[in-house]
Formats: sequence, C-alpha cells, structure tokens
Amino acid sequence: MSSSFLFSQFMGGLTTAMFLFLIASGLSLVFGVMRVINFAHGSFYMVGAYLAWQVVQWLQPTGGAFWIAALAAALGIGLLGAVTERIFFRSLYGREELYQLLFTYALVLILGDAAKYLWGTDQLSVSTPPALAGGITIFGTTQPLYTLFIIAIGPAVAFALWLVLNRTSAGRMVRAAQMDREMLAALGANVSIIYTGMFALSAFLAGLSGALVTPIQSIVPGMDVLIIVQAFIVVVIGGMGSLWGTFWGSMIYGQVLSFGILIFPSFSLFSVFVLMAVILIVRPWGLFGRPI
Amino acid sequence: MSTATAPLRRPSAEPAPGLAVIPAAPPLHRPLASRIPWVLVVFLVMATVPWVGTRYDTFLASQIVIDALFAVSLNLLLGTTGLVSFGHVAYFGVGAYACGILMKTYGWPFSVAFPAAGLGAALFALVSGFFCVRLAKLYFAMLTLAFSQIAWAIAYKWNDVTGGDQGLPEIPYPDLDWMSAIPGCADLSVGARFYLLSLVLVALALAVTHRIIRSPFGRVLTTIRDNPERAAFLGVNVRLYQLAAFVIAGGLAGLAGALYGIFSRGVFSDYLFWSKSAEILIMTILGGAGFFWGPPVGAAALVWLNQWVTDYTQYWSFVLGAILLVLLFCFPGGIVGGIVALWRRLQRLRHA
Repeated sequence: MSSSFLFSQFMGGLTTAMFLFLIASGLSLVFGVMRVINFAHGSFYMVGAYLAWQVVQWLQPTGGAFWIAALAAALGIGLLGAVTERIFFRSLYGREELYQLLFTYALVLILGDAAKYLWGTDQLSVSTPPALAGGITIFGTTQPLYTLFIIAIGPAVAFALWLVLNRTSAGRMVRAAQMDREMLAALGANVSIIYTGMFALSAFLAGLSGALVTPIQSIVPGMDVLIIVQAFIVVVIGGMGSLWGTFWGSMIYGQVLSFGILIFPSFSLFSVFVLMAVILIVRPWGLFGRPI
Repeated sequence: MSTATAPLRRPSAEPAPGLAVIPAAPPLHRPLASRIPWVLVVFLVMATVPWVGTRYDTFLASQIVIDALFAVSLNLLLGTTGLVSFGHVAYFGVGAYACGILMKTYGWPFSVAFPAAGLGAALFALVSGFFCVRLAKLYFAMLTLAFSQIAWAIAYKWNDVTGGDQGLPEIPYPDLDWMSAIPGCADLSVGARFYLLSLVLVALALAVTHRIIRSPFGRVLTTIRDNPERAAFLGVNVRLYQLAAFVIAGGLAGLAGALYGIFSRGVFSDYLFWSKSAEILIMTILGGAGFFWGPPVGAAALVWLNQWVTDYTQYWSFVLGAILLVLLFCFPGGIVGGIVALWRRLQRLRHA
C-alpha cells in the first residue's frame, strides 16, 4: 500500500465525514434541546436535494445557479421544519417517546412518497458548479476541488454553530433550554420560539447538506432512510446533543468506513453498526457527550 | 456499569399515556355480546377461508396470521412491559433465516426447524437484550436499532450462508401430505394447507402468550411498565424481568419469521431493514397497544388496507403516513381502544 493510496483513502473518509457532520449536526441539535430523535431528518435532506435540483433546472443558464439553488433548498427546508414543528410537533412534547418517534416516521413515509410523486423515481443529478469543477494534485493524488470545498465547509459550519451557541444571547437561551426548559420558561423566556428556531435550524442544515451532496451523488428515492441510519451512528458515537462530539463522531465514522473496507472488505457496514452498539453499551452518552 | 447508567432512567410515575388506560365499567349484568367466545369464533371463521375464499383470500389471511403473531410478540415488550424496541425485526429475520437455512441447506424437517428457529431468535434476543435492558428509553430504542442493523448487515453481506443481497429463494414447503387424511382437506393446495398449519401454530403461540401475560410473571411486567422504581422497591429484579420478556418476545418473533419465510417462498435481507421495525410498530399501535387483541386487529386492518389502497394508487407509504398521523393525534388508543371507549360510552348511556 503506497502512501498516496492511503492518503486518498484518508481524503475519501474525510469527505464522507464532513458530509455526515453537516447532516448529523442538525439531528444532534434537535436531540440536545428537545430530546427527540427525528427520523424525518433524512427526509429533509432528501427533499433538500430534490429542491436544489429543481431550482437548478429553473435557473439553468444563469451563472451561480448552483449556489442560489443550495441556499433556496436550505431555506425552503428550514421553513418546512418550522411549519412542521409549529403545526404538529408541539402537541407531542411531553408525550411518550414512542409517539414522537412514530410521528417523525410518519413524516418519512409522507415525504418519501411526496418526493416520488413530484420528481419521479429516476436518478437525477446536478453538475458541479463551474468554479469548483477542476482538481488539484496533492501527494500524487488528484483531489477534486469540490470535495476540498466540502472538507472546508464542515469545520466552518461547526465553528459557526459553536459561535452561535456559545457567544450569542440566542445561543445562551438554547443552552439554557437544553439544561432545564421549565426553569427557563419560568424565568419568562419564550421557550416555544427557541424550539421552533432549533427545529428550523436543524432542517436548514439538512436541506443544505442535501443540496451540497447533489454534485457528487445522484438523487434517488430511498436516500432518506439510508442516510438517517448513518447520521444516527455518528450522533451516537460522538454523543447525542454534543456539537463537537458529532464532529469527531463523523470523523471516526468516515475513517472507520474508509479503512475498514481495506482490512475487512465485505464487513465495513457491519463494523460501523458494531461500533454504534459498543458505544451505546459502554458509554450511552457517546464519546464526547455528558451523562444526562 | 449499573450505577453509571442509572441516572439515565427518568422517573415516570404516571401510567403511560396513550397506552389506553381506560377505567373498567362495573359489569352490572353481562350482555349477550360479551358471552360469545369471540376468539373461538374468529379462529373458526379464519379456518374456513381456504374453502369459502379465493386463493388470494388465503394469501391475505396467511399474511394477517403471521403478522398478528409478530405484532403480538412486539406488544409483549411495548404494551405489557413498556419497552420501545426499534429493532424487533431482527428476531423475526433471525427466525426466518434460521428456519430457511435449516430446511433448504440442511434438509431438516419443519417440525424440528420451526422450534429451532424460535430458539435461535430467542438466543439472539438473550445476547442482545442483555445489553439493551441496561439502557433507558431512547437509548434502549437506539441499541435495539443498532442490533437489528448488525443482523441486517450480516444477512446482506454473508453470501455463503444467507445468500447476501440475492437472499435465500425457494425455501421448500414442509411435508403436508398427512393432511390428506383429514376429511375435507384432500383437495387443498399446499399453500392452503400451510395456511391452516400456520393458523393453528399461531393460535397456540397466542394462547401461550395470553397465558404468560395473565400469569403472575406477566403482572410483574405490567408493574414494571407502570412504575419501574416501585417494582424495584418491591424487590423485583427489573432488568431480569425485562430481559425475560425480551427473550420471549424475540422467540415468538422468530417463530413468526420462520412461518413468513416459508409463506413467501424465500428470505431476503430486506426483511431485516430497520424500516420494517417501524412498520410493525405502526401495526401494533394501529390495533391498540393497550390490549392483547389490539395487534392482531392492527395486522388484519393493515394487510387489508394495503391491498385495498394499492388497487387505487402506488403511494401506499403516503396513505400509511397519513393514517399514522390521524392515529397519533386523534386515536392514540388504536382501533381496539376506540371500540372499547365507544362501547363503554354506550353502556353508560344505557345505564344512565
């Protein structure tokens, strides 16, 4: 195994990791604040990808169509998240976890079929934005500029989220809601707005990552249920509700998957699920999370 | 380990809302409807399907019967013990693969392969459940999901044994020639005979489950569901009881899986994907998790609805999602819960 081969495996793992971080960060945020596992997060991601494709189709000849589409998809899904939370989700707070889980699963079913109805079942794809179409050579391997962009955007989003959560008054409210929502409400804060905002932000991230994945993966029905399991694994490894935990969890996941294929060719899928189970058994709150 | 995970369990003094805790009305005099042995009537009606119905009716009835056992096994965890498993399909799948492999690859007779499949699934439930019952609520759900995905990954990738993504097609029917000796059965197709065999086996399994739930052991499980702390104070080893319920539920799901593999003439890794666990949860909730007969009613309703809806549209998932929304927001007690509430209201009106 040459070093350039190992390097390209590493870069592949890193790309997977940063994509998963973009998706899983939203899942982790909602879990941290509302203690809800949102199965529909993968569906938000998928619909975000379809929306981005749709907007690119509309704007086709315009320059920068991809970037407008990505922003539009993220905003659209953010709005969808906010509306879902306002209309349905709020009446489920305080009820059995099962009802919340099944509600988000109902969204998976409905959004999955709605996407099939609107966009069909054929594979759709979006071309890489012209500015990032090329590649550069590092360590004797050619790395597409687009994947380098993804690798850069992961830490950027992580840092931005950290800033918002730790250095703004809105973020302070969110962290307070995470610790004790009754107390925060008793102190006169509008907890309801915080919840809607968190749900919208989480959906925004899902829509954004769905849009950003389109240049390297084709859009197909079923990508929702495949991605959500991976996002769960990442969040469980790092610690549900922990931002940096999710970041490092996705790094571990990406590299285990990337190098697991070399060591253990047909069982890389198996190894990540085993990793998830082992972490739940040994440290249910994840490697970087805190017991709750 | 035990002290480390203890804070995860949040106290829940109130009984599970939505799991339909409806106060029993005092029986003033037993009306006619409650004196009919409904279970026997339904069993006998189901048994006539191969004669009075079409081949397709028998096909649907087989699916209902097998799903009923699967859903009842899940409800032993959900409704009786208060454990939300999101990976129950793993044990169904282990049973299906075990029975299929034993019968197809090793040529074992059904009479041995069927109980072996149940035992295999129960064993897997023992190993995975040992870890799962240590976790509370959402973490429990996540770990059951992880184990079921491990089972799925093995089924999907272990080509030599499970057939990998090609699955395990052409599982033989058991030898059912002996049924010709039963009057009226001589002309039945092998599919219809297997349906009758499934019906009897499922009825027996349900009877045993019913007995378990009504036993002192089952009462302890209900106590654990309503208030695990109180049960622990009373000296109950909560985890041991939860594990026992988990193993029994796993074994029953394995039996349902064994029947399903033969019924559908093959076992495929799709059977073990996590979304199947969600479907069986929906079935259980649709019927009513608070009642023993809820899940079988849910199975019948869902199988029937599925075939009715798919005649009109390919968007079954959309319809199922919509049904689930109505259920969660309007009828959390499910079909049986709704009927029982309506019945009690009528009774009160009559006696008022």
